[in-house]
Amino acid sequence: MTLKTALASATILAACMFGSASAADMTVGFSQIGSESGWRAAETTLTKQQAESRGIDLKFADAQQKQENQIKAIRSFIAQGVDAILVAPVVATGWDDVLTEAKDAEIPVVLLDRTVDASEDLYLTAVTSDLVHEGNVAGKWLVDTVAGKPCNVVELQGTTGSSPAIDRKKGFEQALSGNDNLKIVRSQTGDFTRTKGKEVMESFLKAENGGKDICALYAHNDDMAVGAIQAIKEAGLKPGTDILVVSIDAVPDIFQAMAAGEANATVELTPNMAGPAFDALAAYKKDGTVPPKWIQTESKLYTQKDDPMKVYEEKKGLGY
Amino acid sequence: MNALKSHLLRLAPQIVVLIAVVLLISLAFPDFLTLQMQNGRIYGSLIDVLNRGAPVALLAIGMTIVIATRGIDLSVGAVMAICGAVAAASITSGHSLVYTLALALAVGMLCGLWNGILVAVLDIQPIIATLVLMVAGRGIAQLITEGAILTFNHPGLIFIGSGSFLGLPMPVVIWLAFGVAITLLVRRTALGMLVEALGINRRASTLSGVSTGVLLIAAYILSGLCAAIAGVIAAADIKGADANNAGLWLELDAILAVVVGGNSLLGGRFSIAASLLGAMIIQAINTGILLSGFPPEFNLIIKAAIIVLILVVQSPRVRDLSAWFGRSGSREAAVKQEAK
Repeated sequence: MTLKTALASATILAACMFGSASAADMTVGFSQIGSESGWRAAETTLTKQQAESRGIDLKFADAQQKQENQIKAIRSFIAQGVDAILVAPVVATGWDDVLTEAKDAEIPVVLLDRTVDASEDLYLTAVTSDLVHEGNVAGKWLVDTVAGKPCNVVELQGTTGSSPAIDRKKGFEQALSGNDNLKIVRSQTGDFTRTKGKEVMESFLKAENGGKDICALYAHNDDMAVGAIQAIKEAGLKPGTDILVVSIDAVPDIFQAMAAGEANATVELTPNMAGPAFDALAAYKKDGTVPPKWIQTESKLYTQKDDPMKVYEEKKGLGY
Repeated sequence: MNALKSHLLRLAPQIVVLIAVVLLISLAFPDFLTLQMQNGRIYGSLIDVLNRGAPVALLAIGMTIVIATRGIDLSVGAVMAICGAVAAASITSGHSLVYTLALALAVGMLCGLWNGILVAVLDIQPIIATLVLMVAGRGIAQLITEGAILTFNHPGLIFIGSGSFLGLPMPVVIWLAFGVAITLLVRRTALGMLVEALGINRRASTLSGVSTGVLLIAAYILSGLCAAIAGVIAAADIKGADANNAGLWLELDAILAVVVGGNSLLGGRFSIAASLLGAMIIQAINTGILLSGFPPEFNLIIKAAIIVLILVVQSPRVRDLSAWFGRSGSREAAVKQEAK
C-alpha cells in the first residue's frame, strides 16, 4: 500500500514537473456538461486547478446539460485555434461532424469521464473510470473483510437502467462469485439519493428481522449509503459494526461517516480526469506520443485506516 | 351524528382501499402489522408508511384546496427543494432555529404568492403559471446550495425530521396536526364552502360578492406553505438539502393522492381527509413493494394502474354506461337510500 502510494505520488510529481516544462503556453478548451452533481462540480474545480498548476490557459464552457451548447463551444474553440480540446460529452451519439471538424483543424480531442459512439480516430483518447472495476474493488474488500464467515448482503442500486447501476452491480457480483458465504439477500433501487437510500434501508431492516440478519450493505453511491446509515442508527443498530457499509464515489461526507466509524470503505471515482488528460496531451505535443485510446483512472479504495478526516478536509473545498 | 355519518360515507371508498392494500401486504409479509416500542418510539412498517408519506400528505393538503378552486400547483416539488435549501443555508450560517423555520416557511408562502398572482391577477392558466416555478424553482434551490448537498448538524432542525413526540415520528405529528388544523379552518368557517363555490363557477361567486381573487391567491399561498413544511422535513430527515432530488416528482404524487382521494380535478367539492387517505394508500403501496422484494419497476406500474382505474371510474362515459346497465340496480339503491 505504502509502496503503491509512494509510486503514485512520485508519478504525479514527475508528471507535474514534466507537465509544467512542456505544457506551458498551451491553450486548452474544456466543454463541461454542467453542474448537475457535486462530483461534476469537483471535476470542474480540479480541471481548473490542474490547468493552473501546469501553466495551461484553460478556456471553460459550461453546456448546461445540452449537446448543442457543447457542439457550439467546440466549434468556437476550433475557431479560436486552441491547442487541444477536452470534452465531457453529455450524450454518446451525434458527435461525428464536430469531431471531424476538430480533426480537420488538427486539434486533438480528449474525452473526459464518458465515451462517445464515434469512430476512434476522431479523438486522441478517452479518460474514464471503469464502473465494473469499481464494483469489483468494493466486492473484493467485502470478501477479504468477512474472511469466510457467512454474510448476508443488502444492495442499494443506483437509478434503474443507468450504466453505473448496471456496471457497479455486475462488478460486485463478479467479486462475490465463488464465495458461497456471501449472499445478496435484497437488492432495490435507491435512485442514487439520500432520501431513497434511507427509505429503502428502512424496509430492508424490517424485512430482515430488524436488521439482525444483515451483515453488510453495498451501496452504488455514497449518498445512498449516508441515508442508509441514518436508517440503521434509527433502528438501534451500529452502522460500521453491526452492519458493514461499503459504497462507491468517495464524496466528502462519507469520510466524515468513516471517521465516526459508521462507514467502512468507499471506492473513489476520481474527479481528477483532467490530470491524466493533460499528461497525455503534453506527451503528444512534445514528441507525438500517441496515448492508448482508453486511459483508465485509478479506482482507489479508502478504508477507516486511511485517515478519513484528512481526506475529508482535502476534498471539502473541491465543490462536491 | 348525521353529518359524521355522511362524512364517513364519503371516505368509505378510500378507507376500504387502504385496508385492502394493508391486508394484501400483510398477507405477503406478516410482520407488516407488527408494532413495537424501541428507544421510546413506536417502530414498525405501519409507522414507516405514516412517516415516509409525510411529504406527500402535506403537499396533498395544499393541493386539495388548490384543485378545489379548479387549479393545480405543479411547483410544489421545486418549492420543497427551495425551502429545504433555505433552511439548510440559514442554519449553517448560524441563525437560530426559530428564525430558520420562519424564513423557510415565509419563502414557501412567497412562492405561493407568486403562483397566486399569476393565476388570480394575470389570469394565466394554473398549469402553465405553476410550471414556471416548477422549472425555475429547482434552479433557484441549486443556486442556494451551490449545486452540492448542503449538510447541517443542528439537533433542533434534525429533530423535525427524525425526532419523535409521544412515540410518533415528528413528521407524522406535523402532517396530522396540520391536516386537522386546515380541515377545521375550512370546515368550521365558510372558507371551505367559498372555495368550492369558486371552483364550480368563479364568475358566479364573484358576482355573489365573494372576493375570489384574494381567495385564489390564499389557496396558492397555503399550497406553498405546505410545500415549505414538507421541504424542511425532507431536508431534516437526511440532515442535508439536496437541491437536485428533494421533492423531485412529488407534485405528481400529491396530485395522485388528491385524485385517489376521490376529489375531482374539475374543482368544487373537496375532502382533505380523503386526500390524506389517498397519500397513505400510495405510500402503503410503495412501502409494500419495497418490503416484498419485487424489482422497483413494479412500483410505477401499480401507480399507473391506480390512476387509470380511478380516471376510468370518474369518466362521465363510464358513469353514463353504469347508469344505463345498472338502471334497476340504481333504482334499488335509491329505494334503499330512501328507506334509510
